Amino acid sequence: MTKQADVVVIGGGITGTAVLHELAKYNLRAILVEQEPELAAGTTKANSAVLHAGFDAPEGSIKARMNVEGNKLYHDLKDELDLQIRWSGSFVVAMDDEQMAVLRDLLKRGQDNGVPGLEIWDGDAVRKSEPNVSKDIKGALWAPTAGICWPFGLALAFAENAVVNGAEILRECTVTDIIVEQGAVKSVETDQGSIETKYVINAAGIHADEISHLAGDNSFAIHPRKGEYILFDKTAQKNLVYSPIFPTPTKMGKGILVCATTHGNVFVGPNAQDMNDDEKDNTAVTISGMDETLEKARRLVPNIPVGAAITEFAGVRAVSSTGDFILGPSKITKGLIQAAGIQSPGLTSAPAIAKYLTDAIVREMGAVKKSDYKKGRPAQPCFRMLTNADQRALIAKDSRYGRVICRCETVTEGEIVDAIHRPVGARTVDGVKRRTRAGMGRCQGGFCGPRVIQILSRELHIPITKVRKEMKKSYMFYDKETQSGGKA
Amino acid sequence: MDEQWYDIIIVGGGPAGLSAAYSAWMQGAKKILVLERDREVGGILQQCIHNGFGLHHFKEELTGPGYAQRCYDLVKDKKEIEILVDTMVLNINNDKIVTAVSPKYGLIKIQGKTVILTMGCRERTRGAIRIPGYRPAGVFTAGAAQRMVNMEGYLPGKKIVILGSGDIGLIMARRMSLEGCKVQAVLEICPFSNGLTRNMVQCVYDYDIPLYLSHTITAIHGKDRVTGITAAKVDEHMKPISGTEFEIDCDTLLLSVGLIPENELSRELGLTMHPLTNGPIVDQHRETSIEGVFAAGNVVHVHDLVDFVSEEAEIAGKYAALKAMGKMEGNVTDVRVEAIDEVRTCVPQHIRIGKGETIRLFMRVRKPMKRVRLTVKSGVNMLFSKVLPIAKPSEMIAADIPAAKVNGHYTDWTVSVKEEEA
Amino acid sequence: MGIEMKQLNCINCPLGCLLMVELTDGKVTKVTGNTCPRGESYAYQEMTDPQRMLTSTIHIEGGALPLLPVVSQKTLPKDRILDCAAALRGITVTAPVKAGDVVVTNILGLGIDILASRDMDKRQ
Repeated sequence: MTKQADVVVIGGGITGTAVLHELAKYNLRAILVEQEPELAAGTTKANSAVLHAGFDAPEGSIKARMNVEGNKLYHDLKDELDLQIRWSGSFVVAMDDEQMAVLRDLLKRGQDNGVPGLEIWDGDAVRKSEPNVSKDIKGALWAPTAGICWPFGLALAFAENAVVNGAEILRECTVTDIIVEQGAVKSVETDQGSIETKYVINAAGIHADEISHLAGDNSFAIHPRKGEYILFDKTAQKNLVYSPIFPTPTKMGKGILVCATTHGNVFVGPNAQDMNDDEKDNTAVTISGMDETLEKARRLVPNIPVGAAITEFAGVRAVSSTGDFILGPSKITKGLIQAAGIQSPGLTSAPAIAKYLTDAIVREMGAVKKSDYKKGRPAQPCFRMLTNADQRALIAKDSRYGRVICRCETVTEGEIVDAIHRPVGARTVDGVKRRTRAGMGRCQGGFCGPRVIQILSRELHIPITKVRKEMKKSYMFYDKETQSGGKA
Repeated sequence: MDEQWYDIIIVGGGPAGLSAAYSAWMQGAKKILVLERDREVGGILQQCIHNGFGLHHFKEELTGPGYAQRCYDLVKDKKEIEILVDTMVLNINNDKIVTAVSPKYGLIKIQGKTVILTMGCRERTRGAIRIPGYRPAGVFTAGAAQRMVNMEGYLPGKKIVILGSGDIGLIMARRMSLEGCKVQAVLEICPFSNGLTRNMVQCVYDYDIPLYLSHTITAIHGKDRVTGITAAKVDEHMKPISGTEFEIDCDTLLLSVGLIPENELSRELGLTMHPLTNGPIVDQHRETSIEGVFAAGNVVHVHDLVDFVSEEAEIAGKYAALKAMGKMEGNVTDVRVEAIDEVRTCVPQHIRIGKGETIRLFMRVRKPMKRVRLTVKSGVNMLFSKVLPIAKPSEMIAADIPAAKVNGHYTDWTVSVKEEEA
Repeated sequence: MGIEMKQLNCINCPLGCLLMVELTDGKVTKVTGNTCPRGESYAYQEMTDPQRMLTSTIHIEGGALPLLPVVSQKTLPKDRILDCAAALRGITVTAPVKAGDVVVTNILGLGIDILASRDMDKRQ
């Protein structure tokens, strides 16, 4: 392959897809390359899913500015892109006077950052709103503009709208080199071929320093910091908390929170464990990590349904050596635009980062907005949420909506087929899972797994043995052997 | 299909559902509907291609599909019994209106005079027992792997480690060996095996598979696909002992770590559940806390012999039919059945004493014991007493209390198993 | 050789009785621990010529499902089980099939047939 593009975005996480979404509004050719078969394969799929209000980041920092602006943008984008967001507000709680003083600092900082509606509540007021929090809580900082979301869904929505408007996404495409001539980007080399381009957006997450290095810019490093999560059964403790409950923050970060997902599950996490730079892909969950997470979470909410865990996972934060986001043109290589060190509040900041970086590029390029830009993306049917009448109509149109594949989450074959054939379709079992929820329930794919695999095989015209769970080489099943050792 | 009336609606067409349907028919019910989510009836037996089923119930040793075939043969040509496959029940309400969906009929609502719940059970997952490590492809519950191997024709991997010595894990140890795979080890967290002894012999010992009792897995390795696991010995609290870890090379991990009755519909309906069985509380007719709603089989409590599942389902079928036909007799009183001493669970949990019924109790003990005495008392009156040579948690015990003993004793029952002094 | 005691678990039924087998000069002279006569014959058989049932699957063309579960008509020598399982892997039959139909005659010349475990109709 040799392609030409005006901009190549490296990395299909929340940052890369948000940038692509913004770029696709303009008359320019944008290609996003992602090394895994699915989007959001790195940190975007394993984080707290909170859209922060913006009081935590230091005043004057890029983080603070992008957080507050991003939060506002999501309020606008929610309906336009059909984003799964619940504006839940958030609490940061304090256990003693020293922590209360920190909360008051956060309040002031938040106001300076431009965050609206912040208030300090006393313990009783907090418990009235959240009856399950600890009685030891003295007070809390309440931030009404915070929310919870489904991060994979956000990244997918950005990507789908971009593709609908002509952007291209190349998956299972690993960047092997960036050719720089006379200090300017000339092309991006990948294992699928070459893309000639003048602009590269480095949104490569924990590998952003390595990508920058390929382009000759070694001005920063990315250090991995792991965080582990435990997710609980939806029915185990209904409505345990309504808003995310954070502890008072420390140097290591925002701490271990107790939160709900937009799907109704309760989860706890993340802890914070700095790792060696060669352990960037270490997403292994540990006993000590899980124990620490549970112990600290219970200080906030004593009756976490410990026995009703359904899954555990870990994400790796991309901590930059500068302590802040690294955004904007590289000082060393012309055309290399950094979007690096995107740890918390990266999810919230994404649309603001996208606007900031895109504005700079289109100004320089002289690119104009598309006159035929299409807002939104194809509706995603959700059988479970429909009225009986609408369910009947859907089945009458396509009988596959009448076959329930995932019992735990009531997901039909029609929805799974739709997920596979959407503008950025599912290619793996977990890709189906993250788009439809099939396999996210209490049986964790025990019932639906074999069926989802068969549907993927059929719809993608690949043998069962080529169906993958999630990552590039995550093949699930093998052919039986005949006596002679060949395929049965 | 909408809003039709049936005498009995049976949710789940496995051995419990099919046996209940036949029994209801024998009793004279005229409109029986069985709803099954899979493309065929037979339930989990479809994939249990090994033998060992039916010795009690059909007086013949059968494979799982063979047993399912027998159950199906009894109902397939009866015009009073209708079977819908590829149909998922979404909801059952207090009025016994069942909402279900299928590609063929769309969304349907059907009214039953009675409902029998026979949804079976599901497998405990990796997440529920919190195994540390990565989340690569290659980790399966044993039952999910069994379906792919026995019904679709694919192997989950080539070098297998099995966690859990319950019957499903043991059976898969043999199955994978027969398919030319290498089973590296079976690990069991308890100090004793949890499967039938015959399965230990013909699935593990026969194939020289290393069995590690009092062991568990402390990490799964491999990012895209399993590359190995770390095993460790556990102490008396089942916690890993530091320093005892060792690696086992494998590409597949099969989990056989417990079965959980599939009771979402039951919970949504608001049935009173038992915290230890994880199934609805039932009386000797297998009627639940909602009148006209019955339950039988693995959905009530996990069985190890399908023969007992059929027996239990036949009871439910019979009484659901009597109820639907208005022929259910009243009872004198209701007595509770309490499991004490080394009995962990006992079904039924209460008995409506009427006239002249033998009551069959199904129970499981807490720990393996030799030479135990099983007693059933009503207050201080001894109803049943027997010495058993062996009692194991993995093997359900059945005891019949004759009608003559049952009638006339109206104090709550206690069911006890205790080690007998020599 | 003298007298030797061996412990065996009978596998004939789920009871799994623990058998105590007395061997004199390598030959079974006494069996205790069995609850039924089948246990005693199991002990004799197991000590001289251990036998096992074989259950597996074979491919079926045009059937409602891709695989047909099969079962050996009677027990097979234990030390030939893996060979028999391997021999089944290349076999294909055509639907429809009835439970009890012979799908492999005289497997590996051992005088035992392999039978279909269930009916399987043609795929609709």
